Amino acid sequence: MVSLATEKKQDLNLLSRIASGDGHGENSSYFEGWKAYEENPFHPIDRPDGVIQMGLAENQLCGDLMRKWVIEHPEASICTEQGVNQFSDIAIFQDYHGLPEFRQAVAKFMEKTRNNRVKFDPDRIVMSGGATGAHETVAFCLANPGDGFLVPTPYYPGFDRDLRWRTGVNLVPVTCHSSDGFKITVEALEDAYEKALLSNIPVKGLLMTNPSNPLGTTLDRECLKSLVNFTNEKRIHLIADEIYAATTFGQSEFISVAEVIEEIEDCNRDLIHIVYSLSKDMGLPGFRVGIIYSYNDRVVQIARKMSSFGLVSSQTQRLIAKMLSDEDFVDEFIRESKLRLAARHKELTTGLDGLGIGWLKAEAGLFLWMDLRNLLKTATFDSETELWRVIVHQVKLNVSPGGSFHCHEPGWFRVCFANMDHKTMETALERIRVFTSQLEEETKPVAAAPMMAKKKKKCWQSNLRLSFSDKRRFDDGFFSPHSPVPPSPLVRAQT
Amino acid sequence: MKQLSTKVTSNGHGQDSSYFLGWEEYEKNPYDEITNPNGMIQMGLAENQLCFDLIESWLAKNPDAASLKRNGQSIFKELALFQDYHGMPEFKKAMAEFMEEIRGNRVTFDPKKIVLAAGSTSANETLIFCLAEPGDAFLLPTPYYPGFDRDLKWRTGAEIVPIHCSSSNGFQITEAALQQAYQQAQKLDLKVKGVLVTNPSNPLGTALTRRELNLLVDFITSKNIHLISDEIYSGTMFGFEQFISVMDVLKDKKLENTEVSKRVHVVYSLSKDLGLPGFRVGAIYSNDEMIVSAATKMSSFGLVSSQTQYLLSALLSDKKFTSQYLEENQKRLKSRQRRLVSGLEAAGITSLRSNAGLFCWVDMRHLLDTNTFEAELELWKKIVYNVKLNISPGSSCHCTEPGWFRVCFANMSEDTLDLALKRLKTFVESTDCGRMISRSSHERLKSLRKKTVSNWVFRVSWSDRVPDER
Repeated sequence: MVSLATEKKQDLNLLSRIASGDGHGENSSYFEGWKAYEENPFHPIDRPDGVIQMGLAENQLCGDLMRKWVIEHPEASICTEQGVNQFSDIAIFQDYHGLPEFRQAVAKFMEKTRNNRVKFDPDRIVMSGGATGAHETVAFCLANPGDGFLVPTPYYPGFDRDLRWRTGVNLVPVTCHSSDGFKITVEALEDAYEKALLSNIPVKGLLMTNPSNPLGTTLDRECLKSLVNFTNEKRIHLIADEIYAATTFGQSEFISVAEVIEEIEDCNRDLIHIVYSLSKDMGLPGFRVGIIYSYNDRVVQIARKMSSFGLVSSQTQRLIAKMLSDEDFVDEFIRESKLRLAARHKELTTGLDGLGIGWLKAEAGLFLWMDLRNLLKTATFDSETELWRVIVHQVKLNVSPGGSFHCHEPGWFRVCFANMDHKTMETALERIRVFTSQLEEETKPVAAAPMMAKKKKKCWQSNLRLSFSDKRRFDDGFFSPHSPVPPSPLVRAQT
Repeated sequence: MKQLSTKVTSNGHGQDSSYFLGWEEYEKNPYDEITNPNGMIQMGLAENQLCFDLIESWLAKNPDAASLKRNGQSIFKELALFQDYHGMPEFKKAMAEFMEEIRGNRVTFDPKKIVLAAGSTSANETLIFCLAEPGDAFLLPTPYYPGFDRDLKWRTGAEIVPIHCSSSNGFQITEAALQQAYQQAQKLDLKVKGVLVTNPSNPLGTALTRRELNLLVDFITSKNIHLISDEIYSGTMFGFEQFISVMDVLKDKKLENTEVSKRVHVVYSLSKDLGLPGFRVGAIYSNDEMIVSAATKMSSFGLVSSQTQYLLSALLSDKKFTSQYLEENQKRLKSRQRRLVSGLEAAGITSLRSNAGLFCWVDMRHLLDTNTFEAELELWKKIVYNVKLNISPGSSCHCTEPGWFRVCFANMSEDTLDLALKRLKTFVESTDCGRMISRSSHERLKSLRKKTVSNWVFRVSWSDRVPDER
């Protein structure tokens, strides 16, 4: 009889390293928050004390508009009486070029979300299994195992899996600082590039997300130009993840890399690629509509062949083609989506302002980059994790700690706001209010009894299961926690 | 500095193969009954277009599922947000039950062991990522589906070593062939991680016999390797025999819940049985929870669209529909296959006796100028460019004997099939070989072929396979 331990070892030998390792990134402690939510999800009536999900960057604010359109347009479905005459043609359609009307409609939509300042060629549109699939495919096309991509921090944790897991590619962080609003500077890029070379990692490209996840900021024209120039000079690729393009809602406009390359003389366009998706802008993550748009013909050709591994369901292509061809609907949707995002963002930020909690000024994305640095016991990631666990398990809000985004400085948290209704937002703010007022009480200096103050400070920590064994996010050797920053009063961070 | 990966600059996608070139030619001049009656007839596409009417009539009777509603209420918003890589529980349950029904409910499938993927293309690639390191090898019986060169090797870096099967025994897998392939891999310094079979076979159109399945299970047990059984044509079995799955064999050998069963994995898809390749519905079934766990995470790179999951879970949960569909599907496939086979025989062409699939494995060795792959390609070009039929040459499927072609029959109307057969008959009769042969000398042909097989069977080592397929 084979013992369990030996059996497990045998199992491991029979699986690839990719399958038996943890390159999928899901062993990160970050998922503890998700677990807490899944075990006790908030519901206003059934579970009013449950965990509120503020870690999910979803756009749920305009689902009603979408639903209404679908109901009013049964011909867009190949299953209804009005559309079933197309059923067999669509059901057999597995051409990896995709339905022409789908590509045309997506190209048009991409133009609209960039205020019609650029044109997109439908023949350069390549499908993929969501932006997740798009990123992996781009990595397979541009890099060999062992090569590296520069990525400005903080960045979406999924990149660790999407770009590295099965491709064998490395990610090299480009450190950005709160002191200048997390701007991507040429100095930081050069620094990261040098570090990569010293570690024998050939740099193949720079991946940036614009608008940024988790910051919610957009890059200005000057910065974009500097990124294009930097990558062109180094003859490396520039991958622009623009999946939040239509989520800008303030004064600042979204400028796409597509626009900027028109303004740069002798720009090597073979190095420019855009990753897009309908998951965020349209709130359709379930439909798995990912797009690679490359200016490099060979990349388009090969990515298209690779798209066989993650084509968009033809049923979905058809629906999207119909929906996005309805220009009146699209214009109304984009307009309304921005208004609702702005309103929800304002609700959250007004609430936080009232509590003296800082946040990074930004006007895009489905989340806020919240500043809780002054609530940290010490300016360390251990302290950040401690605070995060309190927020998850006691305040019962699943927010995402900056460390999970490879942020250089502890104390920042990403808070999503577009995946809940108004009442849930109110509840979340109320919980934050209660928590901060409790904290104020506990940390109020008590002149006569300093011992008591110390003891009280520990109160909110007493339920914590502190474990510092998970330091995996520091093990790539590219950054380590800096020395503690002196505590400052609760202020709103300004860019 | 090289700016693109070697995956881009090499041709590991396999699309320089004749299999895909035939498709390209078809695209340039596709047949249409009215607008292009002299165009090329597509017989290289293994699609099942025979039963859409059944699905369409189901849709008409089930408006809720058809319009993304539940109890009359639109659930569009919920579907739009559903991106859980575990998949919709009701969909996986329906898939599991459908797979059981296809196997006569003799074996059970646990929905929790199903991992969804974007088509069997993605399912096969994902399994290889889970089981093999770059440079490891899988043994595959020849002839095999040309797409495997891309799906199993391209991005994974894995290798395929062929298990040579020959017409002398109807291309069945033998113990000797298995051992020889394994040794060949070792000679090439490749670590063998498993065997992958397609059952029913593409391109042969035959289901594996119980003897072959037993042999395979014994083989992987003794070598301590995996067995992947791609059963995407399991619902196209139209012969008198029942479809025997590798899961049947595990059960009969009392190997369920043993260590061996953890190394047996099934790949499935709805592209062939239901004729829905556009919907990208693939699945991996594994008894190894580590593989299920890893593959589930990998499915993020190619999930099934939630609206598709919803529609199909309703369709497949309707047992009255599924049993009627499976029966009718088999009837129509059988009738269509018979039509092709008799049409070929009228032209003096025989094919491997098939009992499944959407194609026949057709013997045109007697039409070759010489018993070489060059002659096969010459014949293929004539058939593509002169006869205007896109059929798939055996060399593109890595067959070791020249002269075999895969001809599909389920992706066209009866009239189109008749026209294709007429064209072929005309072509055959116009060749030297064709003049020799008339319907009454059919028997002479058969005995002639037996002699030629015994004289000309030879082994070709896998490394000098048609070079443009690398």
